[in-house]
Amino acid sequence: MDQALPIRPNRWRRFSEWDDRPLRLDNFAVDDPENGFSAMSGACDPKPGIEVVDGRIAAMDGVVEADFDMIDMFIARHHIDVRTTEASMAIPALEMARMLVDMNIPRTDMVKLAHGLTPAKLAEVAAHLTAMELSFAYSKMRARKTPGNQGHVTNAKDDPLQLAADAATAVAFGFDEIETTMRVSRNAWSNALACCIGAAVGRWGTLFQCSSEEAEELQIGMAGFSSYAETISVYGTEKAFVDGDDTPWSKAFLTAAYASRGIKMRCTSGAGSELLMGFHESKSLLYLEARCLCMQRAMGAQGTQNGGIDGAPVAASIAGGVRELMAENLLAVWLDLECASGNDARSSESEIRIGAKILPYLMSGSDFICSGFGTILKYDNSFNASLFNGEEMEDFLVLQRDFEADGGLTPVGEAQVLDVRMRAVEALSAVFEELDLSTPTAAMKTSVVAASGSDETDSYLPRDVALISDKIKERGITVVDVIKALAKRGFSGEAEHLLSLVKLRVSGDYLQTSAIVRNGHVISAINDPNDYCGPGSGYQLSAERRNEIINIRDQLTRGAVLHEEDQHKAGERVQIAYAKIGEATPGKCEKEVVIGISPGFGTKLFRTLAGHSLSQILREMVSGIKAKGQNVRVVRFHHTADTSFLGLSAASLSGSGVGIGIQAKGTAVIHHCDRLPHNNLELFSNAPITRLDHYRKLGENAADYAMGVLPEPVVVPTRGEAMGARFHARVALIYAIETAMTQPDSPPEELEVQFLGAEQ
Amino acid sequence: MSRDRLFAHDYPLAENRPDLVRGQRGKSLDVLDLAALESGDVVMEDLRITAGALEMQAGIARTVNRSKLADNFERAAELVDIPQDYLMVIYELLRPGRARDKAALQDIADDLRSRFKATRMAEFIEEAADVYERRGLFTSRY
Repeated sequence: MDQALPIRPNRWRRFSEWDDRPLRLDNFAVDDPENGFSAMSGACDPKPGIEVVDGRIAAMDGVVEADFDMIDMFIARHHIDVRTTEASMAIPALEMARMLVDMNIPRTDMVKLAHGLTPAKLAEVAAHLTAMELSFAYSKMRARKTPGNQGHVTNAKDDPLQLAADAATAVAFGFDEIETTMRVSRNAWSNALACCIGAAVGRWGTLFQCSSEEAEELQIGMAGFSSYAETISVYGTEKAFVDGDDTPWSKAFLTAAYASRGIKMRCTSGAGSELLMGFHESKSLLYLEARCLCMQRAMGAQGTQNGGIDGAPVAASIAGGVRELMAENLLAVWLDLECASGNDARSSESEIRIGAKILPYLMSGSDFICSGFGTILKYDNSFNASLFNGEEMEDFLVLQRDFEADGGLTPVGEAQVLDVRMRAVEALSAVFEELDLSTPTAAMKTSVVAASGSDETDSYLPRDVALISDKIKERGITVVDVIKALAKRGFSGEAEHLLSLVKLRVSGDYLQTSAIVRNGHVISAINDPNDYCGPGSGYQLSAERRNEIINIRDQLTRGAVLHEEDQHKAGERVQIAYAKIGEATPGKCEKEVVIGISPGFGTKLFRTLAGHSLSQILREMVSGIKAKGQNVRVVRFHHTADTSFLGLSAASLSGSGVGIGIQAKGTAVIHHCDRLPHNNLELFSNAPITRLDHYRKLGENAADYAMGVLPEPVVVPTRGEAMGARFHARVALIYAIETAMTQPDSPPEELEVQFLGAEQ
Repeated sequence: MSRDRLFAHDYPLAENRPDLVRGQRGKSLDVLDLAALESGDVVMEDLRITAGALEMQAGIARTVNRSKLADNFERAAELVDIPQDYLMVIYELLRPGRARDKAALQDIADDLRSRFKATRMAEFIEEAADVYERRGLFTSRY
């Protein structure tokens, strides 16, 4: 090869560009089943099996009873139904996988089967399903019909004023549960009080959790501030569980303790926790999570938050890890547990991976799509950044609208958000004053109401909060004191809301599986069961709910676009005059270019999509043509608004055979009378980025073509902007105005154009 | 409180069977209002769940094939009257390595049975004691 390059480049530069994308900040790990890096095929994953002797489980998943670890024992004694297990285990895994996606087999039948299945069998079945099948099976198997969502409400200063304002904001956006935690653990009581007051603004029913140390969390619940808990973590290996400082029995005891105080609870588990804790036993993510979920059902927990909670990022580093997260959520609902389906810790720096991660859940629905949507900004999230955060809230709202899928949230207008934020801040301040906890200044309150995040507030700092929090705890302040204080200070609506929430614990209705409060009523898997059995069944978006979801801010309407155009009418009137001379006829002079303008050009529409006034661009084209010594005629066509036909019609009237066609939105073409309609000389299709100098060069080039010279074509530089996304809705509205003005039989009209203003 | 068998259609009890729901001091839901709370007639105690309510929820859970959840509600019913501090003592003792031998847990189980009639929870703790012994979970970790 004597033509070889003298030097072999050391790199294709695209790789360097890829290096700079956020995606490349993510870790990716090779499959290494020995060392726990396997989504669904662990080196030591057991084969499914069950042996029942005299009504006892004698062996399970390849382990005989004498060798059971504490997790095996707990599952064998409290999860496996010895009466049905042999029959259930006998069904081949692939057949059972098909049953999961069979809309003719009811959810309840599948749930009964799961009561007899071992962890290894559950994992084997789920592994047969593709990502799409997992998502579909999830939509069929999840417990409550109506989907919901949960959000984090925290801030970097533990500022109670901001917590109250942000809690009220989260409630306005429709979160069914909100969850707080602290930067400084002793601030728990202040966080709890602030969030529960904020969550009582606007409506009642959003359940609230204060994630803290076990004993303290239960005490905060006893004081009536919080209404649910989900920090009861469960692990899939004995050693990880013991390092987590618990056993299935201690966690089951806590589970009962929460119920005994009338507080809703769910467990936490998820892929990657054992891996991160160093005790994975060379087992796959999915098998270990199957063990966790069997334990949770066995403990009598009504639900779980799983789907790789803190372990989601490490799960996402493994091949098939994101699919595994879907599989473990499916196992949770198959075991009839409420599922707060992860989508919690931010599992990637790539916004594309984030969007892809959420989509199956948005489409299938979930008891809680996220087990912690960051309602606040990333830096304010004391749990760490979430998959979706305050920054991306509107992206989520638009995804709901795109897919007509109910993600549990509702767009809220700016005025309403300000109202609830002010109300929450005032309510908390009143309670602080009434209970002699603190007296926030007007400046503190104002800074919080407007602030997007704690960087912008001039409010409480963690040390101030510690003093408040200690007082709440030491003085034994309860929610009853708070309700009284609210009522006394005129916040009777908030007082009623908070009382309604605390009253939930008297009946315990909201302790049942998948319970939330909607419109003042408890709905759960009992009175709102998922009854999916094919298209038209299961959760259906009502017309009313659809209206809520699609009503995002700043939508274009035809009226608004026309109104905007009208604003420019008067400005153009002093810049340009179009005098009608009469019907346009073919030119005799070879030294001319005809500019063909569209019906709405300067009559109903006055600006290009780039925002240039039509007088300006016409002036540029005319002076470009004249600068080359050519004459110009301007002709308005009435029979078409299409760029190509405007151009070709203009060319046909031109003595030189060269014409320019231009629409009111600024799209232009240079044409020649001998060419086919769509085979033009030059096309300027990207009106939004076409500048005035481009229009001048367009005129110059048209003149060159008229003189038989081949000019350098004008290239309007694009940086790959999503032109369609940015402009097409407006384009369609504007273009429809022009097409409506066309009159097929109306002849072209020659105009005398006079530029009135000074050249700019 | 009635011990009639309850079904899914009785749920939610607060709406469909308010006649069965009472707070810890016997007050019905309709009198647990803001005025009563402001006047001091309603206190925190009135807003606590009862063993009876948990047993009713257990009954409903069983009718919808959730026996494990029902078991938990029944264990919870036994814990309603146990003071918070003692609950935390038991929880702490159930954590790995806190109890040094089976007897420590057996004492708790005996106490739950005799003082609080918490037979289900007592059995549960005895079961834990057996497992902890077999799995070496009585070894101190710090």
